[in-house]
Amino acid sequence: MNQKIPTMADMAAQGQEPEILFWVGCAGSFDERAQKITRDICKILQHVGISYAVLGTEESCTGDPAKRSGNEFLFQMLAMTNIEVLNGYNVKKIVTGCPHCFNTIKNEYPGLGGNYEVIHHSQLIQQLIDEGKLKATGGESFKGKKITFHDPCYLGRGNNVYEAPRAALEILDAELVELKRCKSNGLCCGAGGGQMFKEPEPGKKEINMERMQDILEAKAEVVAAACPFCMTMLSDGIKHQDKEQEIRVLDIAEITVRANNL
Amino acid sequence: MIAQAIFIIILGAAIYLFAKNAAKIRRNILLGKDTDRSDQSAKRWTVMAKVALGQTKMVKRPVAAVMHFFIYVGFVIINLEVLEIMIDGVFGSHRIFSTPLGGLYNLLIGGFEALAVLVLVACIVFLCRRNIVRLKRFTGTEMTQWPKSDANYILITEILLMTAFLTMNAADYKLQLLHFGHYVKAGSFPVSSLIAPLLPNGAGGLVITERICWWFHIVGILLFLNYLPYSKHFHILLAFPNTYYSNLNVKGKFTNMASVTNEVKAMLDPSFVPENTGEPARFGVKDVKDLTWKNLMEAYTCTECGRCTSVCPANITGKLLSPRKIMMDTRDRITEMGNNLDKHGKDYDDGKALLDNYITREELWACTTCNACVDACPVNINPLEIITEMRRYVVMEESQAPASLNNMFSNVENNGAPWKYSQADRFNWADKD
Repeated sequence: MNQKIPTMADMAAQGQEPEILFWVGCAGSFDERAQKITRDICKILQHVGISYAVLGTEESCTGDPAKRSGNEFLFQMLAMTNIEVLNGYNVKKIVTGCPHCFNTIKNEYPGLGGNYEVIHHSQLIQQLIDEGKLKATGGESFKGKKITFHDPCYLGRGNNVYEAPRAALEILDAELVELKRCKSNGLCCGAGGGQMFKEPEPGKKEINMERMQDILEAKAEVVAAACPFCMTMLSDGIKHQDKEQEIRVLDIAEITVRANNL
Repeated sequence: MIAQAIFIIILGAAIYLFAKNAAKIRRNILLGKDTDRSDQSAKRWTVMAKVALGQTKMVKRPVAAVMHFFIYVGFVIINLEVLEIMIDGVFGSHRIFSTPLGGLYNLLIGGFEALAVLVLVACIVFLCRRNIVRLKRFTGTEMTQWPKSDANYILITEILLMTAFLTMNAADYKLQLLHFGHYVKAGSFPVSSLIAPLLPNGAGGLVITERICWWFHIVGILLFLNYLPYSKHFHILLAFPNTYYSNLNVKGKFTNMASVTNEVKAMLDPSFVPENTGEPARFGVKDVKDLTWKNLMEAYTCTECGRCTSVCPANITGKLLSPRKIMMDTRDRITEMGNNLDKHGKDYDDGKALLDNYITREELWACTTCNACVDACPVNINPLEIITEMRRYVVMEESQAPASLNNMFSNVENNGAPWKYSQADRFNWADKD
């Protein structure tokens, strides 16, 4: 990164509070592919000059995979510890690149004492576009390219956010195509509910391979994702189909950064 | 007079029996744990009006939506005619609404006939979809002999009832033309006048036809009413309360277990004194009594349409999980428990449970919690909540999560991430690129 990423601890030491906390999430912190998206979200924040910070090593899992897998005990332990950290820094607003973190902090933390305004990075991008602070100029041209969007379950069905990620694509002047199963009918990538961390139960095929059908049918050159787990599942699916040369999977933050050469 | 007496006895017996069986279902539903759904009544009425009355969630599948709408409107509106039939039956009158309603009566009867035809067409189309086209949605492991027969019985009964209704009108129409007895000119018969030529011409035969159809129609309806509590068709009643008591939160939000909150607070802060929550509750759901009354109401509301299963990513890719089966198993188990209660009393334990005897662990662990089933249900049933609650039991009471998930739990617990990375490395992403 060109610029230093500010942490909450650094800022607090200087007596400052950022406007927004960027919650990176476990995938965004450790998964190599997702790390790129994390850095791209920082680039967007820096480009538009929003004062932000991350928790760095003070961040920890939100507890989402534990909760969806039935371990409510572990979830609440993590949640309460995280809430203590967040409230300690007087956090008011949070942006995150992970729909699972987004859903958990937004919907399940308030009942445990954590009340914040939580947005997904697609909503931030949409807002910046609406305010005229983000355009699609000076970078890679997506003009006329066939782009499709895979709805993450916890962003779409889980929280009814369907338009924000599409707004980030509409500005590209590309040819947007919807997958056969999209929006509230969107098909899961197969990673949710703890499946990311276990072998699938016996069946006829993998869920991400089922999703490949829709993607191939749409004849898209770019599949836009908005979730690090979807990113993994979709990329694996495309690799498995030997279509890596024809189809790219890019997070909407990556697309935004490329289109603006940030 | 004898006919009136017989009618009153049949009507009384039918209503009594139905009330008794409906009360039993209510009792079974209330065997579930309490959950508060008494808030936001204005919003609840709106949801009910939209989803149950307006059938807004049906439209995702347009053919089924239109056909179902015919049957639904036919059912609701033709009930006005049933009201007349009831009054006629009790007081021995004939077409009692015709005099006070005058011209409107013609319009109504004509309208009922048109609806009856639409109901007939829709039922025939539905039978074809199930038995000839064999739509995938109506098959599956849980669609055993009884659920399949149940669906066919309902459709055939509706066809018979509509046929009797139209034949009755046809005979009545012909008798009116003959100016026979009390068959005064009343009603318009756009459909039944077309089948009238098929009926005998003599007044005697027509009266017999009209009476047989009249009795067949009304007794059929009363029998059908008493079939409802044993059938998936009970949805015509429960769809309304079930949507009224819908979960009003966004679908991504899962419940936070208060019992766990107390334990975690006590662990993190030794000075914390939990409020007395009564007897120590079981974590999660092993059997149907651990579910809430709303879960159980949903089980009785399910009409086995299979929209949930047809969009379930696990089911689509050949896994054992079927959200419809989760609901059907829940209903079958709570019905079994209710029957045990009636036969053997309160303290009887049949040694069975929803977990393992009905729903296997393999089904539970196939779920991606994607909410597609919840979104697809036309009457706002939530199979996912039951799956999650059962996972909670398996994980927190039995410690029987799949080994890979146990690894994930221990990573999350020890290093704050589901993978085996050190928390100290969590910020390393900032140093790359």
